[in-house]
Amino acid sequence: MILDLDQFVSKERPYWDELTGLLQKQDDQPDWKMSLEEARRFHYLYHRASSDLVKLKNFAGEVEASLFLENLVARSYSRLHERRGSTIPFRPVHWLLRVFPATFRRHWIAFVISFLSFFIGGVFGAGIMKFTPEHKTHFIGPFTHLAGKPSDRVAREESQDFDGFANRSTFSAQLMQNNIRVTILAMVIGFFFGILTIFLLFYNGIGLGLIIYDYIADGQGEFLTGWLLPHGSVEIPAIILGGQAGLIIAHAMFGWGTNLRLAQRFRRIRSDLLTIVGGAALLLVWAGLVESFLSQYHGPDIYPFKIAFGTIQLTALACFLLFAGRTGKNPQSTTYTVGSPELT
Amino acid sequence: MPGRNVSLRIRTPEGVAFQLPLAGPVSRGLALIVDLITILLLLIVISIALSIVSAFYSGFPVIGDFVSDLSSGLMILFGFVIGMLYGAFLEWIWKGRTVGKRLLGLRVVDERGLSLTAGQIVIRNLFRLLDMLPSAFYMIGGISCALTKRCQRIGDIAAGTVVIREVKVNQPEIDEILEQIENSFATHPHLEARLRQNCTPEDARIALDAVLRRNDFGDRERLRVFGAIADHFREKVEFPEEITLGLSDEQYVRNVVDTLYRRHRTLSGPKSYPVQSAT
Repeated sequence: MILDLDQFVSKERPYWDELTGLLQKQDDQPDWKMSLEEARRFHYLYHRASSDLVKLKNFAGEVEASLFLENLVARSYSRLHERRGSTIPFRPVHWLLRVFPATFRRHWIAFVISFLSFFIGGVFGAGIMKFTPEHKTHFIGPFTHLAGKPSDRVAREESQDFDGFANRSTFSAQLMQNNIRVTILAMVIGFFFGILTIFLLFYNGIGLGLIIYDYIADGQGEFLTGWLLPHGSVEIPAIILGGQAGLIIAHAMFGWGTNLRLAQRFRRIRSDLLTIVGGAALLLVWAGLVESFLSQYHGPDIYPFKIAFGTIQLTALACFLLFAGRTGKNPQSTTYTVGSPELT
Repeated sequence: MPGRNVSLRIRTPEGVAFQLPLAGPVSRGLALIVDLITILLLLIVISIALSIVSAFYSGFPVIGDFVSDLSSGLMILFGFVIGMLYGAFLEWIWKGRTVGKRLLGLRVVDERGLSLTAGQIVIRNLFRLLDMLPSAFYMIGGISCALTKRCQRIGDIAAGTVVIREVKVNQPEIDEILEQIENSFATHPHLEARLRQNCTPEDARIALDAVLRRNDFGDRERLRVFGAIADHFREKVEFPEEITLGLSDEQYVRNVVDTLYRRHRTLSGPKSYPVQSAT
């Protein structure tokens, strides 16, 4: 068979130019949506270019034209299987009230492991404080105001006047960004088979257990509860949620119970990870505001209110995660992407 | 790196195969530096704007303190949000490109050659927190990029993405390649016809590639490559000594290319390029 390359290129070039023009228009105007006729024409041009590429590769030793067509077909292929237009619109209320708690429940085992890592760390921290209190400073990190005797701090903070808005926004922003960073980190380090996630949770648990034991042993249980419960009742579960996401990644890394490839396993959990870490980030924004504008005000008069607030908040969060969005059929996947071809 | 893929090979459901050239660690590193500089400039602009607002209210006793505190808080949040979402935002609106990637001609694509989804974009940018460790030196991401076949950082592996080089390929202009060739074989059309008969598409491609890339070779390589190719074609058809005497190997190959890709050169009329297939 003879392919007259010159004639072939001359004949096909108008179609290639037309396809290039459509692709360029999409690049220049990202919001441009094709009409049905334009989409059909695009599909036809893509098939024609694909066919030309096959002909050139099989029947001609022409490299330049093949390269040009490969590039054209690659770009068209990507656009033809565009998945943005076929996504279900994001519905924040539905996501928050139904998808988030359902996703949390679907991966409850990961949450339990995450919680236990944190809790065992807490017990370990309490043990350190009981048996080797001189090591306390090694575990409290940058929180140097916790290094002294709890009763001294309580006396000092209870005698302070209300300080209006002084540095509250800055403090709140620092807390939010630090906690969200730790939560995301707890998730992403799950890539190392969950070992670092468990270690991170355990280490954070040590610090908390150590402080709790220190304050209770010094008779400052009420101060401690009034100080930690309002924000901790949201902040700590959020960090444990980050650990849950990390352990979901770890499970995907191990690939237990499936013969899917790593890329396929990640594809399956991707939207669940985003849901959990997104929910945790929302909780941490709220926790940052509470910690900054409520938790730092101390006085025997407001402890009952703070403790009640924290207790109600913790109960509400637990009920929300356990029961919200239960309608008999759980959404099996939180993915908002449909219609993408599986080419594996 | 041994075993590294230089291109991502995709086979479409229609049975068409194409390749996307993968970006290497160096070009990705340079794009990253451009992006970091862009983020820094953005934060400097925001910082100046917030300072101006804060200075404007500094004369007021209560509101001044509040605005100053709020500005500091917003600066912290902007720093965090921009650091985390800069890549995700731009990759979404520019379809896989950031400022650095645009300048370096790179693009993030799905590892199956498809366009990116929002989930993939967010995941690969969240994992940046891990890739940039320790202390924003991108050591983990760099090691991952160096060790994986497709130069993927951990964020790419988790999101199922790769970074490709966008190659600008112009439409072929074969006329220009062969315009200046004076083909002495054309005086023996029966031998040219035999040459076309005896050559496979692969032979033709090798000869054309060599002519197209002749200026990329060093002097020695050029002599060696064209010598080997010319010998290969001499075995196909033996042209008389009067037209090959004094003909360099390179000129011999260019004559072959002209013969294979251009028909009726000596005749007037429209030019065409016959290419023989194996079938």
